[in-house]
Amino acid sequence: MVNLYVLILAPLVGFLINGLMGKSLPKSVSGIISSFAVFVSFVISSIYFFGFVGGTQAPIDANVFDWITAGETKISFGLLLDQLSGLWLMIITGIGFLIHVYSIGYMHDDENFSRFFAYLNLFIFFMLLLVLGNNFLVMFIGWEGVGLCSYLLIGFWFKNQPYNDAAKKAFIMNRIGDLGFLIGMFLILFYFKTLNYGQLKEALASTQTSHGLLIAITMCLFVGAMGKSAQLPLYTWLPDAMAGPTPVSALIHAATMVTAGIFLIARANFLFSMAPETLSFIAGVGAVTALFAATIGVLQNDIKKVLAYSTVSQLGLMFLAMGVGAYTSGVFHVTTHAFFKACLFLGSGSVIHAMGGEQDIRNMGGLKKWMSITFITFLLSSIAIAGVPPFSGFFSKDEILAHVFEANKVLWVIGSLASFLTAFYMFRLVILTFFGSFRGTHEQEHHLHESPATITIPLVILAVLAVLGGLMGLPEFISHTHWLNSFLAPIFPHAEGHEHMAISTEFALMGLATALAVIGIGIAYSLYVSKQQLPAKEGELKGFAALVYDKYRVDELYNAVFVKPISALSSTLYTIVDKALIDGQLVEGTAGLSMQLGKRIRSLQSGNIGFYLLVMVVAISLILTYVFI
Amino acid sequence: MLAILDVVSIKYYLILSAFLFTIGVFGVLFRRNAITIFMCVELMLNSVNLLLVAFSTYHHDASGQVFVFFVMAVAAAEVAVGLAILVTIFRNIHSVDIDDLKALKN
Amino acid sequence: MSLVEITFLILSVIAIGSALMTVLSKNPIHSAIYLLICFSSIAGHYLLLNAQFLFIVHIIVYSGAIMVLFLTTLMLLNLNEETEQHKPAMARLGALVAAIILGLVLVAAVSKTATLMPMNNNTVDIGSIKALGKVLMDEYFYPFEFISILLLSAMVGVVLLTKKEKTTVA
Repeated sequence: MVNLYVLILAPLVGFLINGLMGKSLPKSVSGIISSFAVFVSFVISSIYFFGFVGGTQAPIDANVFDWITAGETKISFGLLLDQLSGLWLMIITGIGFLIHVYSIGYMHDDENFSRFFAYLNLFIFFMLLLVLGNNFLVMFIGWEGVGLCSYLLIGFWFKNQPYNDAAKKAFIMNRIGDLGFLIGMFLILFYFKTLNYGQLKEALASTQTSHGLLIAITMCLFVGAMGKSAQLPLYTWLPDAMAGPTPVSALIHAATMVTAGIFLIARANFLFSMAPETLSFIAGVGAVTALFAATIGVLQNDIKKVLAYSTVSQLGLMFLAMGVGAYTSGVFHVTTHAFFKACLFLGSGSVIHAMGGEQDIRNMGGLKKWMSITFITFLLSSIAIAGVPPFSGFFSKDEILAHVFEANKVLWVIGSLASFLTAFYMFRLVILTFFGSFRGTHEQEHHLHESPATITIPLVILAVLAVLGGLMGLPEFISHTHWLNSFLAPIFPHAEGHEHMAISTEFALMGLATALAVIGIGIAYSLYVSKQQLPAKEGELKGFAALVYDKYRVDELYNAVFVKPISALSSTLYTIVDKALIDGQLVEGTAGLSMQLGKRIRSLQSGNIGFYLLVMVVAISLILTYVFI
Repeated sequence: MLAILDVVSIKYYLILSAFLFTIGVFGVLFRRNAITIFMCVELMLNSVNLLLVAFSTYHHDASGQVFVFFVMAVAAAEVAVGLAILVTIFRNIHSVDIDDLKALKN
Repeated sequence: MSLVEITFLILSVIAIGSALMTVLSKNPIHSAIYLLICFSSIAGHYLLLNAQFLFIVHIIVYSGAIMVLFLTTLMLLNLNEETEQHKPAMARLGALVAAIILGLVLVAAVSKTATLMPMNNNTVDIGSIKALGKVLMDEYFYPFEFISILLLSAMVGVVLLTKKEKTTVA
């Protein structure tokens, strides 16, 4: 239990040290303290995790203290450490530690170095709380906390107004989702009198619950997941969130925070399993988001924007997996995705670092000459995300698609199309960035260099993980058992393997997926290497392509449908209700009334002592009359 | 020992005190000279003292008389300070008429 | 009508009459003299009520100290003439009405009150110096000491107030 406290509190201590005393600490110390704090958490997480793997560790479910007691309702501040949260702990602290180390190199020249590390540590703390809570409310604290840190880190360079706007956008979009989460919690609390996962599970098993209620609760929770995990229609904040420093994009907006929605569904899988309608809806949303974001990604030219849309698309795939009930596959993809997407983001950060802040791939090219380590790791991760065997992405993605194929052929077609596009745009990105000849300015070319060790070492580690991560979920016909499946069996009792699918079908699907990936890579190769094409310049695209390039103008649509009417309504309310009614009538009216009264009553204050005495005597007479007569 | 309250009811003392007190109040309201007003205040104090002594005798309790003693001490202090203030005021505005003391206004 | 009753009546009439004259005399010096008579009659009441100690203290403090203070001040300020202007008629009428109302209320309150029986009937001569001194130095020791502080501070205050202000700053 003490270990668990240390695990959670270490990043908080790091945050306090950096947040309170950061200004007076030297940069190196500041970075080392926060990295060390996360490293401590990582070591303890590893102990627990391998305890679970070896079967020596039993799940911990403990109430730390009673938090809210109101009538019959009692909510404890409780922690739950089981296989699921253990896995997430490894992702958060492991990748979190690597990204901390990376940040020491990446943020080296920033004046707010210690503030950055304070925020990162705070983020890790809240993320740990999110995954370790044993009830929805504790999860909600973490949920809101990571949202806050995301806001702070997107707007880290707050002197730049568009960055601030991006931060606000992320925050507000998340609020919409959080409202759903909150309502879901209220419904659970109202009907089941508990927010504790275990107790809720028992209550669901023992009592007959109306189906409509379950759908309502799960839909509300899913709205929360939608906001946090950037699903249609609440995804537009994530591409904008790339305004933050690249390590932040890697940690928060690719590997950990955005997967909180998946975690929510995985954690409450017993609830979602009882509402198949919601699951179908989730699957639909996930599939559409996967394809939608992938198409946008095809035409983007900003290296981080491509990765951002890729993240949205991959998250869509994970939700698709959740939606068809393949929880393990979803979690599996979360894990592998965390590896390769973090590596890709950090690689892009390394590139941006070398290019002196340039993010447009049209101005890059041929970088493999200068940055061999970054290039190799980036390439490996790209192969992994494209889904080429035997890299990790292949196994997780293939598993998802196999499950989807079983459940719904239409969704399978959409999902396959999305992963085909993924292969294409990832290699478009790799080729334009690293192959060909350099297209930037002469000064940039002169400046090109490989990044320092603090940046390359995390890249290498992540690339290795991206390559080998698939081993934890090898299909049953290759290894003896599906390891992740059996590891997470206590969490997902309904999780089923491929057993009722013919091995031939499975092989066919795998072959098809591989073929699609290879074709995608091939097209990218022929377009950008053989034909040496370059993406069109601004304004040269026409028709549908222009629409896609403009991200389907969804932002403009939201602007017209939501933002403008609301600000019109606000300004109307401001002029009529606030200025005219409240300010004019109530506030100034009250003041005016007092002033008028004051003017009248002031004449009584004559300064004539005789008059005062007279009034006093009369008043005393009245009081005596009241008291004695 | 002659017990007066066996002969004269305590009520007469109450009424006598009430009269004296009322006259004092009337004086305070009626006069403009601050020194005379002071005298009327003393009169009011004395009416209360009288009543305290009457009840002290009535209840055979010495506390009432002790209180009268304290009231006298306080009255003496009050008169001394009050008259000193009046002298200062007189030095400044050459009057002790309370209707001239309107510095509180404005 | 017993001698005591007659004494009570005479003293009461003198007290009320001289009190009225205090209020009504135009000359402040006359007011002061009438007030002195009023205080003397109250002292007589104290004697009637068997409060010898207070009788003496009353004479000393009021007649001796306070009235002398009043008269000295009056002479110091040269107010011995009938310089005082009357208040406006409305104010005087108001004062009269207010005072009458207060008097009526007081009398009504007194007559409504139920007469309390004496609480204890010990016949110790409580008004004597000996008995009062014991109470004063025993039960009321601390208030008694505080009175001395009060008188001292009053003395200091008076000296400070009446000291001529220095017009030039040294």
